[in-house]
Amino acid sequence: MPNVKLHYDIDGNDFTVAGQASSNLKKVLKQLGVSTEVIRKAAISMYEGEINTVIHGKGGAADVEISTDKLIITFTDHGPGIKDISQAMQEGFSTATDEARELGFGAGMGLPNMKKYSDALNISSVLGEGTTVEIIIHLT
Amino acid sequence: MLASELAKTLGLETVNAGETDNEVTGCYIGDMLSVVMSRAEEGDIWLTVQANVNIDAVAVLTGISAIVIVEGMKADEDTVAKAKAQDITIYQSDDTAYALACKISELI
Repeated sequence: MPNVKLHYDIDGNDFTVAGQASSNLKKVLKQLGVSTEVIRKAAISMYEGEINTVIHGKGGAADVEISTDKLIITFTDHGPGIKDISQAMQEGFSTATDEARELGFGAGMGLPNMKKYSDALNISSVLGEGTTVEIIIHLT
Repeated sequence: MLASELAKTLGLETVNAGETDNEVTGCYIGDMLSVVMSRAEEGDIWLTVQANVNIDAVAVLTGISAIVIVEGMKADEDTVAKAKAQDITIYQSDDTAYALACKISELI
């Protein structure tokens, strides 16, 4: 499989376009003949990252690198940062706004889902500067 | 059973009939999108009170067969427009998710 690099700009606070990057990635992976199970893992992880970037990161970017053996998705935002990463990793913990909750977000499953459906998850965050989330999914 | 046949039998109102009439192989009820994302299976018909445009993205990513917006909620204009663009079938019903799910379990 050829190396493929994709870049997505993610608008902050625009819930109406959230999911576009994930849908596009799913389409690309299908075209590349990636297995259904890997596509499911990638779609869920990508969607959660995209939503987090909108809700918490005030917008940012997602960079995807697809190689022969793995898929790396990197989300970068310049939002407020995560105060306590271990707390944020707990299922059910959420700091989403009421507006986000009314739309069906804020279940506190974003980062836990990313961890569950990826093979490796690396998070680095600096308060007041932003957050970088790297998701690695093996293709085989 | 095809989504269109199921909708006809249950008396669902069609909001958007996608070009592809998917086979309904299961049913999932949920309103928190992250939970639906991780739990709904491909082929499920998804029952929810959510009517905003984000349900379209969840439908595409999970590969569900159709969405049913329940309890008399009405799909937003954005939701319908995106469903048309992305070949997503959406129905509406005044029934509760539970009442519909009970009937669906007997039909599929």
